[in-house]
Amino acid sequence: MKAIISGFPLREMLMGCLCCILICGIFSSVYAQEMPADSLKLIHLNEVVVISAGKQLDHQKQHKPLSSLDEFLESSRSINMVKRGAYAWEPTMNDMASERLAITIDGMQIFGACTDKMDPITSYVDVSNLSEAQIGSGQQGAAFGNAIGGGINLKLDKSSFKKTGWNGSLESSFETNNAMRVFGGELNYSDEKFYLNTDVIYHKAENYKAGGDREVLYSQFEKYNFSINSGYKLAEDKSISATLIYDEANDVGYPALTMDVSLARAVIGSVSFNQDTLLGNFTNWESKLYYNNIKHVMDDTKRPDVPIHMDMPGWSETAGFYTQANFNKERNHFFFKLDGFYNKSYAEMTMYPANSNEPLMFMLTWPDVRTRNVGIYAEDHIDFEKSSVKLSTRLAYHSNTVADDFGLNSLKIFYPEMDRTNTRFLKSFSAQYHKMVNDFHFNGGISYGERAPSVSEGYGFYLFNSFDNHDYIGDPDLQTESAADANVSVTYKKPTFEITAAANYFHVYNYIIGVVDNSLSSMTIGAEGVKIYTNLEYAQLFNATLSGRYNISNAFKLTGNISYHRGIDNEGENLPLISPISYRSALDFYKNQYSASLSVNGAGEQTNYNPAYGELKTAAYATLSASFGKRFFIRENSLFIKAGIENVLDTYYSSYTDWNNIPRMGRNFYLTISYSIN
Amino acid sequence: MKTLKYIFAILILSPSFISCSDDNEETPMEPNPVEGLNKIYEFPSADHIVEIYSDKSALEVGYNEISIRIKDLAADKYLINAAATWMPMMHMEMMTHSAPHSTLDNSAESSVYKGYIVFQMAGNASEYWDLTLNYTLNGEQITETHQISVTEPTDGLKKVQVFMGSDDSRYVLAYLNPKKPQVAVNDFQAVLYKMEDMMTFPVVENFKITVDPRMPGMGNHSSPNNEDLTYSAADQLYNGKLSLTMTGYWKINLKLLNENGEVLKGEDVTESNPESSLYFELEF
Repeated sequence: MKAIISGFPLREMLMGCLCCILICGIFSSVYAQEMPADSLKLIHLNEVVVISAGKQLDHQKQHKPLSSLDEFLESSRSINMVKRGAYAWEPTMNDMASERLAITIDGMQIFGACTDKMDPITSYVDVSNLSEAQIGSGQQGAAFGNAIGGGINLKLDKSSFKKTGWNGSLESSFETNNAMRVFGGELNYSDEKFYLNTDVIYHKAENYKAGGDREVLYSQFEKYNFSINSGYKLAEDKSISATLIYDEANDVGYPALTMDVSLARAVIGSVSFNQDTLLGNFTNWESKLYYNNIKHVMDDTKRPDVPIHMDMPGWSETAGFYTQANFNKERNHFFFKLDGFYNKSYAEMTMYPANSNEPLMFMLTWPDVRTRNVGIYAEDHIDFEKSSVKLSTRLAYHSNTVADDFGLNSLKIFYPEMDRTNTRFLKSFSAQYHKMVNDFHFNGGISYGERAPSVSEGYGFYLFNSFDNHDYIGDPDLQTESAADANVSVTYKKPTFEITAAANYFHVYNYIIGVVDNSLSSMTIGAEGVKIYTNLEYAQLFNATLSGRYNISNAFKLTGNISYHRGIDNEGENLPLISPISYRSALDFYKNQYSASLSVNGAGEQTNYNPAYGELKTAAYATLSASFGKRFFIRENSLFIKAGIENVLDTYYSSYTDWNNIPRMGRNFYLTISYSIN
Repeated sequence: MKTLKYIFAILILSPSFISCSDDNEETPMEPNPVEGLNKIYEFPSADHIVEIYSDKSALEVGYNEISIRIKDLAADKYLINAAATWMPMMHMEMMTHSAPHSTLDNSAESSVYKGYIVFQMAGNASEYWDLTLNYTLNGEQITETHQISVTEPTDGLKKVQVFMGSDDSRYVLAYLNPKKPQVAVNDFQAVLYKMEDMMTFPVVENFKITVDPRMPGMGNHSSPNNEDLTYSAADQLYNGKLSLTMTGYWKINLKLLNENGEVLKGEDVTESNPESSLYFELEF
């Protein structure tokens, strides 16, 4: 797409770059000399999922080391993954999906290029790139962007000037169920002045089989990912770093959808400048400029009996920056962040009529929407004797512009009075309180947050949703969605024993969801009707979890959690994709480089579902998994082998997150081998 | 990037501009009144020539906007007070009939006589159209008849309907605009005539034509916010709105209602009835 590239606002980007460089230059030259760093990172998060702890191959504690990032995220207490197949699962948090979450990669805003949410941005990075996923529920995630449900930041793995010299590793795994082969390798160099991390990983999987050896057609995928990041110390307290990730998936099947994907490609790059101090009192000053470009091409040529063949490519380009620093004064630990991004989202659809003499049918499904967002985030964490308070706020300017006239005129069919540009001011405030009384920890907080409609919600044009079998049309005049939420948790903590009860409640105003408009006729052949994204007056979401850990002995550890979720709209109707009661429990063993685990995962019957949103009642299920691992030392190097069985009983099941209730994978054996050279 | 490209283009082109400007003696040109039109006929006589222009490359079945110029060869000038009138006529094997047409009007551009004709059918080997022109040249009344060729539209799309209404009257409905349809809400225009006899086609006033565009190649889906065609006395046309949500082949299903709201022709599109018997076709 020539138009989308040449239309990019080079001038604005250049201005941004210049400003950043200027600021960096001035501050670094004037204030470089003072104060060593206090390297306290003050983003307080609800949960951190460790993906690969600092290149040390510390995979023992993970049940399945070379699993997909999706599986890692799913292991989090607070995240559930919506599945349209074996690949590119969509994270949800507090029963809210992409458009209500702020998901960033190393602080970078990235937006999928697929109008049908087949490419959540978590699909454009891989476990080989990441060190951890930082998860903040509700407005605790506002540091990453405007959100209602929460924020997830996928932190890239970097050597960060540790004096480790050269090291590398090779990893491979195989899974029997879908014949998945994974090959990965990394090569790193790090000293006090310079580091370079490179890694590459390749996955290839065939169709998987659900319980009872039932093959799920179109669930294959192939993906590779390459990343390089490097840093250089300019001075003792100053460094620059750069990152480049290239990710490409081909031949990805989506059994729950009517079409597959022939290409999903992301190029993600950034340069950053870090300085230990700023203006004397600020610490950990970090500034980053980034750019990413995503291309996504859907493909229905492999499906038999498509009523009409169509091409649906999409593009998403984002450029952005952030600059952040900490500031500590007595009991106050401040964190400040200024960030901004500019995104272009463009998607088109070309349909090939059965009568080849007729002209092609063409429409813009995302009319080249330009999104600008500039925000400031500030938090103060105040420590008292046995308690602490965290106050945070995000204030952002957000605007959407329809750049393409064809697209604007298309939308004007529905909204004759619509403006090309829509601007909003988004606010977020949050207060969290933590108190310790003997072995009890009490946490409570209230917050308020706002978000702008997503590109699809605001400007989507006949986006087919196979879940409820409707075409969706955006509404550019949607109200800003906002939520007031309250959370409370109590933890009883002993060295060998810990139990936490937590609950949160979201009252979402102007809740955005598709509502059927019976006056409209569906475009997609076979669709039941057309839904328009509409603001409901309000919706309510409630989540509660009880989780515990018990260290039976030094070697054995028992963990478990059970959660309850409920979501209803203003008329008391069930919202879609709300989890039934779900639970998981695991018994882990770890001693003398041996590790083993036995885990159970299940959910109750989904009683609160809504057929109007295409939901079917999902039956209760439970699955059992086991793993065994051992690390061997071969001179300086180490060899780590882990094997496991998932869904031991070969249960045929699907969970509420499975799009169109496609069945999940049946019994699966996996074997992972990692060899690391120091 | 874009700016760079422009600068680059200007740099490359600038020498050629400079070199060109020397031999280009700026001669002020009169605006050509038939700019952009195709001359489809030229009928020469001893002392004058009749030129017939259209925006199409030939006269086609349906609505044709036609411009006529008459050149006085002696004066080497186009006539501006020829008081031109015209009459199209179809010579069928068993009968002859005319076609709905406007008067000729040169008020916008004095040397160009403009009007339109709605041809109901194409000529063939044994049946043909001719056009009789009356005008004055140097005070002399001239009548000329020229055979003309009227063909089916090259795209094969239905843009005119000749039909018997349920009131036993014969009507001619022809598509005017949009000439270049867009994915947008288009201004939709049509003309409606009643055939009183073989030669008389008065404009029908104050009827209504409902509009239901459908895409038969894509599940026969419709589009929202169309507006029915209603009569406007100012331009004697039926005006409405036509929403087209994508490019491709569209069938515009229509229903003709008289001033009492009675359906004279056409049916609703339903699951069991995919199209109306009264329709236009569009492709873009």
